[in-house]
Amino acid sequence: MRRAAALGLMVLAALLAGGLLAPKWLLFLIAMSAANGLVSLGIVLMMRGGVVSFGQGLVFAGGGYAAALLSNKLGVSDALLLAGAGGAAAVLLAAPFAPLLARYRGIFFAMLTLALSMVLYGVLMKSEGLGGSDGFNMRRPTLLGFSPSDAWSGYALYALVVTIAVALAVAARVYFDSARGLVALAIRENELRVEYLGASVRRVMALDFVFAAFLGGVGGALAVMALGHIEPQFSYWTTSGEFVFVSILAGHHSVAAVFAASLVLELVRSFSSAYFPNTWQLALGLFLLIVIRFLPQGLGSLFAKLASRAP
Amino acid sequence: MNTAITILADGVAYASWLFIVALGLTLVFGVLKILNVAHGSFYAVGAYAAATFVAWFAAWGFAPWLSLVALLLGSVAVAALLAPLTERGLLRVFYGRDEVLLVLVTYALFLVLEDVMKLVWGVNPYFVTAPYALFGNVQIGGQSYVGYDLALVVVAIVCGLGVWWGLNRTRTGKVVLAVIHSAEIAASMGVNVGRVYTFAFMFGIFLAALGGALTAPMISVQPGVGVAVVIVSFAVVIIGGLGSIEGAAIGALIVGLARSLAVHTWPPAELFSIYVAMAVVLIFRPEGLFQRVKTRRI
Repeated sequence: MRRAAALGLMVLAALLAGGLLAPKWLLFLIAMSAANGLVSLGIVLMMRGGVVSFGQGLVFAGGGYAAALLSNKLGVSDALLLAGAGGAAAVLLAAPFAPLLARYRGIFFAMLTLALSMVLYGVLMKSEGLGGSDGFNMRRPTLLGFSPSDAWSGYALYALVVTIAVALAVAARVYFDSARGLVALAIRENELRVEYLGASVRRVMALDFVFAAFLGGVGGALAVMALGHIEPQFSYWTTSGEFVFVSILAGHHSVAAVFAASLVLELVRSFSSAYFPNTWQLALGLFLLIVIRFLPQGLGSLFAKLASRAP
Repeated sequence: MNTAITILADGVAYASWLFIVALGLTLVFGVLKILNVAHGSFYAVGAYAAATFVAWFAAWGFAPWLSLVALLLGSVAVAALLAPLTERGLLRVFYGRDEVLLVLVTYALFLVLEDVMKLVWGVNPYFVTAPYALFGNVQIGGQSYVGYDLALVVVAIVCGLGVWWGLNRTRTGKVVLAVIHSAEIAASMGVNVGRVYTFAFMFGIFLAALGGALTAPMISVQPGVGVAVVIVSFAVVIIGGLGSIEGAAIGALIVGLARSLAVHTWPPAELFSIYVAMAVVLIFRPEGLFQRVKTRRI
């Protein structure tokens, strides 16, 4: 636990210092990939128990809309508060379904979560008060009472996003190595045996779903702050598909790999949409196929291999 | 009363094309154990191919009724060209991997096909009205129905019965059933499983493309037509139980009626009525309506 925290602090210091030198577009790219990475981290959390959610758009949009509405309607402008509120809103949204979903595995879990996110998409598309299919814009948030100047707003948001992301990543690592976190791995192997050994499989699965919802909600709130705009697309199944893509690309071995994978996706997406504007989906699809073919265990397995090779 | 009949008629018409598409999906899942996200893309390719063939036929000055043949030819072409290429060239590499990972493989294929379609057919909408106009309106008991919808119902029933008959009453069908049951044992009995996979995939894709071709006259064919279809047909096969033909039929009816009930009574619910229906069914029957409960590994 101490090791994870120390490593996290070092990475954070490096990111904050490096951010001062990096160009604005890169800051935005990293901030977006860290925010999206949180959602994928939630999927990885569930993947350790053997299930994959194809509907994390539900909590991503839930958190995003909650933050944007709090800012626009109630005048809450503090970014940290909004991020927390996004996570809390996503938990409220997802928790009622957790005991139900904990009974499902494999394709059925994937499809039920997908259905939930599509219900939210349908509701958002039809709700005029929330801008319908166009969504709405959000004001720029403040940070701990300061409202950063135009030149610094990008960096301030970047700093906030990477700080939250690193904190939650460390928390996830600690959770993964805890007793409950390890039970999830056992469930993935053979859940009947876990039941016989006296652990409640459903409780672990339900809790993991709620934790994943919190991560997704925070990710959604941070993403909407970085973008300044939200729309129902946040909850569409293709958005959820990208989150799954990142978690598969990362694998369930390493937390850092999730953010690396998220950054890779964001880079591939923005470069291919810049260089082949009409065929960026094609590029993304081919990239995905190559990864699945040649890196079946994800980027994380690559990290693990390198680590084991080192003396 | 009239509203009830309209809801029923609309629901059944919607269920018909949905059944054709979902039948292909459930067949592919039954045999290859792949939940094919790209099914919607093949549906869209089918719609585009139909538009192209109908336009060719019109340019060659063929009689209007031949446009129906053009629809069929379009979907056959898609199945004959694209399906073997996909199955042999791509999916074969990933057999035996985790179910969810295979979903992701087909998701990647879906992304690729979305852009390939834009490259081939451009982004402007195509209109195929000839087949739709052929049937006109039909009067039954004081109500007017769209003839094309009725024809769709007939095609769906023919497809369903045809597949059922083919699987249960022919030698090839029995072989396919054996592979569905256990590919390994079938292989050890001398069945060429690889060929069955290719054949089943081709047939599944044919049904997807046929669904697209039959829809083409009712909509404007443009980028994005396949995206929504994937998820709706997922809902159908999940409701019915993956790999079950009866299930696909009942699932399509449930989804079709739920949607038309929403459209006629409370339109804002149209977009999510389908998923609510699916969630309700899954709460009571976690494996779908027609799925045997699997034994668990201890």
